[in-house]
Amino acid sequence: MTTLKATAPPVGPDRLAAFADATASESALRRFLHGLPGVDQVGAEQRAAALGTRSIKTTAKAFALDLAITMVDLTTLEGMDTHGKVKALCAKAMHPDPTDPGCPSTAAVCVYPDMVATAKRALGSSGVHVAAVATAFPSGRAALDIKLADTADAVEAGADEIDMVIDRGAFLSGRYLEVFEEIVAVRAACARPDGGHAHLKVIFETGELQTYDNVRRASWLAMMAGAHFIKTSTGKVQPAATLPVTMIMLEAVRDFREATGQMVGVKPAGGIRHSKDAIKYLVTVNEIAGEDWLDPDWFRFGASTLLNDLLMQRSKIKTGHYSGPDYVTLD
Amino acid sequence: MSARLDVKKTYKLYIDGEFPRSESGRSYVVADAKGGFLANASQASRKDARDAVRAARSAFGGWSGRTAYNRGQVVYRIAEVLESRRDQFEAELRSSEGVTPAKARTFVDAAIDRLVWYAGWADKIAQVVGGANPVAGPYFNHSAPEPSGVIAIIAPAGPLLGLVSVVAPVITTGNTCVVIASEPHPLTAITLAEVMATSDLPGGVVNVLTGSVAEIAPWLASHSDVNGIDLTGVTDPGLGRTLEEAAAENLKRVRRPGLEDLLATPALDRMTKFLETKTVWHPMGL
Repeated sequence: MTTLKATAPPVGPDRLAAFADATASESALRRFLHGLPGVDQVGAEQRAAALGTRSIKTTAKAFALDLAITMVDLTTLEGMDTHGKVKALCAKAMHPDPTDPGCPSTAAVCVYPDMVATAKRALGSSGVHVAAVATAFPSGRAALDIKLADTADAVEAGADEIDMVIDRGAFLSGRYLEVFEEIVAVRAACARPDGGHAHLKVIFETGELQTYDNVRRASWLAMMAGAHFIKTSTGKVQPAATLPVTMIMLEAVRDFREATGQMVGVKPAGGIRHSKDAIKYLVTVNEIAGEDWLDPDWFRFGASTLLNDLLMQRSKIKTGHYSGPDYVTLD
Repeated sequence: MSARLDVKKTYKLYIDGEFPRSESGRSYVVADAKGGFLANASQASRKDARDAVRAARSAFGGWSGRTAYNRGQVVYRIAEVLESRRDQFEAELRSSEGVTPAKARTFVDAAIDRLVWYAGWADKIAQVVGGANPVAGPYFNHSAPEPSGVIAIIAPAGPLLGLVSVVAPVITTGNTCVVIASEPHPLTAITLAEVMATSDLPGGVVNVLTGSVAEIAPWLASHSDVNGIDLTGVTDPGLGRTLEEAAAENLKRVRRPGLEDLLATPALDRMTKFLETKTVWHPMGL
């Protein structure tokens, strides 16, 4: 079982300082972001499609399935969530396949802030993290102080990771500095009294960003503002995560490491339902960002139904015959 | 002017209401009655079988949830469309099996009649095999038949009548199915799939695979998401035994009849084999 590192990676004032020039003013930031090379849309889609044709079989497949399970942020973000449902989800996150002690646990469970305490209690010292969506998820339409209070509340309840949404309205109308400052402020709100820090994942909602160029700009904007993770979508907007979008974000984190030496994680979320899709993403991670990102500390899947499919595939490899949805939980 | 070239048809699989080629890209040669080349058919792999089961499973909720009356209408509609294309089926039977025109007409007639016969049973089977049971207590006690789920079928030879005889009873009662067509004569099965695709039958209720029975059937027999298996078309007793053993693993309902005369009026057991009886107790006078 992979245990996640307890401490946040070294991002903070030094990263902000590194980009002090680029983020000094609205116009400097715009110049920087629009100075990033544009994305060749046709080329990107073709490359992503080509990466999706790799054939991963036998032992490599077994490894990929287990790795994918350790990368799942098991998610329930419904208005009808109850404490009972969150507890059941936590039990599943700790032991995805109760009949097989060798089955790894997932990376985290992802819930609304009011469910953090319940999840935290249910998970105990299992090593599975609690991620909370905050900042007026999923629309992000609230005043800054409400977003910060939302974040501080989740951190206080014990959330290990905060998934924030950016203000897409501000981003699309070109008010980049506003988005930047908001991320910086939310990051500050992730601080714990004991000096620790909840990880910050920044959700772009790429389905609303219109162009791949915007995805690249948003990625750099969030990384410069101190995000630990950049995440594609809330799962509430179609299209959610796609392979080309995730590939562009992986290129961004790779380039960012080249520029600063610091690693940032990537989390595609929403719409990844089958093991085959998950394996395509893992191939893309390996080819674009590199092996270092093939780790639950640096790559996650935001998903709920994906886990069942991974478990069914795992059981197919173990037993030699196809499994069915009758043998996994309904959630 | 040059002579016109014949347009040769490619026979594909029928999965989830569509006609895909085999995922494996394989095909095999189908011979006509005299041993000459007739056409190429897709040779399905275990992954096609898996996709077909997935399609059948997702179609099950909607199909079993329809009223029995409506399912009867849909099965009757298949008979109607088949009737309007009978010339094509008679011609196919003659070329693939080498039967006489009169014999071909008999088989097509029987297939259409069989569909109409089962369509009529759709909203009557519950009255015949279900019932209100007298019990020694102040309760109403009802038994009602319910479909089992996804049924795998190995279709017998006799491509049209054989296929209709095994598929119609299974879908009439609300099950969905994955059929492996007769290995030497798969073409009529795919033409019948074209009839089903254009007769109000929702995609995924019937899925037709062509190819090697010995290769695909074990994957269906061991599949945990298949609830029953009909071994009518299995001729090799060794294979039949292996399939029965694999099916026992998740307690599938298994049908393995002896030789049957397909032209005779069938018994009800083709329908009842893949039905489960649900009994409910209702308190009275509350």
